[in-house]
Amino acid sequence: MSSYSITAPSSRQKWIAGTIVILYALITITPLVWIIATGFKSGPDSISYPPKVLFQPTLEGYVNLFTTRTRANAEDLAAMPPPETWYEQVVRDNGMVIAGPSRYGERFLNSVIIGFGSTFLSVFLGTLAAYAFSRFKIPLKDDLLFFILSTRMMPPIAVAIPIFLMFRTLGLSDTHLGMILLYTAVNISLAVWLLKGFIDEIPREYEEAALIDGYTRFQAFYKVVLPQAATGIASTAIFCLIFAWNEYAFAVLLTSGTAQTAPPFIPTIIGVGGKDWPAVAAGATLFLLPVMVFTILLRKHLLRGITFGAVRK
Amino acid sequence: MLNTMTERVAKVTPLAAVRRIRGLSDRTIAWIFVAPTIFLLLAINIFPLVWTIRLSLTNYRANQPNRPLQWVGLDNYRRILNDSDIWNTMQVTAHFLIWTIVLQVLIGFTLAWLINRKFKGNDLWTTIIVLPMMLSPAVVGNFWTFFYQPQIGIFNYVVAFFAGADPSSFTMIGSVDLAPWSIVIVDTWMWTPFVMLICLAGLRSIPSYIYEAAAIDRASSWRQFWTITIPMVMPFLMLAVLFRGIENFKMFDLVVQLTGGGPGSTTELTSINLKREAFEKWRTGYASAYAIILFVTVFGLASIYVKALNKVKER
Amino acid sequence: MKIKTLLSATALACSLSASNAYAEDLTLCWAAWDPANALVELSKDFESKSGHKMHFEFVPWPNFADRMLNELNSGGKLCDLMIGDSQWIGGAAESGHYVKLNDFFDANGIKMDDFVPATVIGYSEWPKNTPNYWALPAFGDVVGWTYRKDWFARPELQAEFKTKYGRELVAPATFAELKDIAAFFQNRTIDGKTVYGASIYTERGSEGITMGAMDVLYSFGFKYDNPKKPYEMAGFVNSPGAVAGLEFYKALYDCCTPPGSSNGYMGEGIDAFKSGQVALQMNFAFTWPGFEADPNVGGGKTGYLVNPAGPSGEKFAQLGGQGISVVSYSTKQDAALEYIKWFAQPDVQQKWWKAGGFSCLRSVVEAADFATSQPYAQTFLDSMAIVRDFWAEPSYATLLQDTQKRFHDYVVAGKGTAQEALDGLVEDWAKTFKDDGKV
Repeated sequence: MSSYSITAPSSRQKWIAGTIVILYALITITPLVWIIATGFKSGPDSISYPPKVLFQPTLEGYVNLFTTRTRANAEDLAAMPPPETWYEQVVRDNGMVIAGPSRYGERFLNSVIIGFGSTFLSVFLGTLAAYAFSRFKIPLKDDLLFFILSTRMMPPIAVAIPIFLMFRTLGLSDTHLGMILLYTAVNISLAVWLLKGFIDEIPREYEEAALIDGYTRFQAFYKVVLPQAATGIASTAIFCLIFAWNEYAFAVLLTSGTAQTAPPFIPTIIGVGGKDWPAVAAGATLFLLPVMVFTILLRKHLLRGITFGAVRK
Repeated sequence: MLNTMTERVAKVTPLAAVRRIRGLSDRTIAWIFVAPTIFLLLAINIFPLVWTIRLSLTNYRANQPNRPLQWVGLDNYRRILNDSDIWNTMQVTAHFLIWTIVLQVLIGFTLAWLINRKFKGNDLWTTIIVLPMMLSPAVVGNFWTFFYQPQIGIFNYVVAFFAGADPSSFTMIGSVDLAPWSIVIVDTWMWTPFVMLICLAGLRSIPSYIYEAAAIDRASSWRQFWTITIPMVMPFLMLAVLFRGIENFKMFDLVVQLTGGGPGSTTELTSINLKREAFEKWRTGYASAYAIILFVTVFGLASIYVKALNKVKER
Repeated sequence: MKIKTLLSATALACSLSASNAYAEDLTLCWAAWDPANALVELSKDFESKSGHKMHFEFVPWPNFADRMLNELNSGGKLCDLMIGDSQWIGGAAESGHYVKLNDFFDANGIKMDDFVPATVIGYSEWPKNTPNYWALPAFGDVVGWTYRKDWFARPELQAEFKTKYGRELVAPATFAELKDIAAFFQNRTIDGKTVYGASIYTERGSEGITMGAMDVLYSFGFKYDNPKKPYEMAGFVNSPGAVAGLEFYKALYDCCTPPGSSNGYMGEGIDAFKSGQVALQMNFAFTWPGFEADPNVGGGKTGYLVNPAGPSGEKFAQLGGQGISVVSYSTKQDAALEYIKWFAQPDVQQKWWKAGGFSCLRSVVEAADFATSQPYAQTFLDSMAIVRDFWAEPSYATLLQDTQKRFHDYVVAGKGTAQEALDGLVEDWAKTFKDDGKV
């Protein structure tokens, strides 16, 4: 094979490519590392200047993330019985007492329910629609597809007021179900469009063969197309999850007490006086974690990417 | 009996006939598959849109429900198109849109192309690069205000270190000149991986035999790049651009947390401007008209774009 | 509405002594900040006494107005009790979001005369200066300044300052002095760190720069309208004094603030002060207990300062703070009123002050030992005596956002002149009042 073939890059090419990519990766990861590190800093360390690279790690940020605290004066603190737990000790060391749990846990759980719920629904509906668009003659197909895409063009702020009023009438405002439906509606265009691309690349011959073998159309879809589209479905699911997990505009305007998700909550974590950067960082770190795990688990599917062309023989 | 009967028919009838006999017809399945999506979109996107159009013809203010409602016709639209602030906002949005797309396509494609050299450990590094876009833009935007702080922020420290300047000698989000770039930088940092992933998928969809055939024809790698790689990746790239374009036209969360539209109105993107009108000034009718104008704009631009995309795909 | 309130007030008066027939789940809505945490703690007393269970919904300041006004405007039942911002009172009263409290106050012997007058006008009354009460003053707050007493006390700095300005380095009495001191500290190296003059409000999104600039403008002669002719603004909003005040605010921003402080409000001010970046800091009084307890700036290092005087010696300060109201859409108004009755008691108010809540009850703040109870107590009292507040009209949000834009464009982005900014503001405001049919 000739040396300039792209199918087999030379080792020098690989080395250069690797260096550039790794350099970029290191730069791009720095802010994330910094957020994670800030989560383990004490309050003064987090806002010290010049910024501290080396610091005494503490769990203060995490304790603050999960508690609300009030300041107590020295004599009251001295009069209290000794703290029962290590986290009470951390709080007392800063001249405060724990007043109760914070809202972070609930907000996080809301994000889980709404994120995964809407991802499942949009990928489910999206796969069906994408398959239909890919395989069947549908009147005004292009217009319908474009209509689906166009729903994603409306700025969320623009639809928020009528949606809020509509949800209230239907009893959906500030509920998990309402947010799941809303995020599904927003995500479904991405799902349909990406999935249609994936399914288009699966040769029709597979299904035709299955149909001849006695499968119904539905069976052919279920047993032949779906497994072939698994990679595409997984990638799409990740993108949908990222969106729903991170969505802010609707969440900040349409949820409050019961269904508020973490993104509108995290930037607003304040400590007792001033912005509590370590607690914000701790909250962000925990919030990022499930998505990171999910991404890493599906890494192979994600990165192997779309090999549909290889099926053609 | 019935089974053997069907089998015998299957052997002699064309495919279409088989489909008609077994299970639901394709036509029915098609509608069953598409209907839920369409219904959901009608309920949650189209109905509010119609409502918005209706509101846009009134002087309705959502915070003063007792105020008498008046039909003002196209007055709101006239006022918006004559408002110099809104044109300023459009310029700010265009700057943001164009530069983020240019940078993300260049960096994203380059990265994908390099990763496709399949060097050792490329999976791991790709995963690391993808991480920023996993983060919530609101949380990230909020944190970047921390990174951009002239005294305590690492962005200023790192830049100053390489430029040999004093970190507090410049302020990214506080200066009229730098603020528009501060939001471009953060958006590029976050969303380049999105473009990169889609490009990577495109690159990996190119069957190697095409390159092998080109190699046999002694086409240079430069020529292979322009005649095989670029055209084959183009539909993917254009799809990525479409989504980034639409997303950034609507951009709200990241920038609202990062600069809040400031200083002054330097980074006031249309969505932020719209949010102020709708949810801070509570000029609901006016804001609805504004929303419709934005929608028509992006709808128009996107339809032209999708036509182009389809042409590229056909080629 | 009125009859229902009266009935419930009477019922409440009768039932208070008796044990409660049933316990309610009450939700109180407020901003997410220090005092709210203190209120959670304080409310445990109410829970044990009344048997009702308290829930809290705290929304951070930047979204507080959006979220809560949206809730009220749509007739939401999330909040039974609302500690709403002072400027909401006009809209909440006219749109019927809040329950009018006059009858309830009368029935339970709660007298508005017992509260600091400025807080009654600011937090409870609509229309202003009429005895129509929609809230009980809950949290007194006002803009003032903190300064680094320990830096001011350094002999070498005192000597240098005296040589430069010909007077002692002491807490400033006028804004001109304040700017001199800020300029003196700007870019100075103290303990090996570069420090800056002053931290001021510059936030663009909600209300920051308006609160900050107005805090200065009042003392320079700015008035919202003609005292004799309401809503006549030309010559009052854009008077020569007001223009000078806005120019002063920009000059202070340009000369003496830390680099990058282009979008700062309460939280950023706290950070800048606590991390030892600034010598002077503008902020609401609610932040002061936090400085006393802070390891870096607590323990006598921080001094507290009433807003300095303007060129003519006039001295005003921007009012903050909130009153507590009962939401008219609540189905648990009786229990909510019970909470207010509990909260108004002098001993509860005393505990409120101790916990870091700025009580508005005169028996608390006029007590002999109040002024010495905290280093900032006297400054708080003096500041509360000179307050001014932004429009509390139903259209306050529109008026506020127009102000935010005009001020930020001029002060931070450097667009146009102060005269143009204030002339533009008169136009914006006039347009809104015209839309509202007020002029």
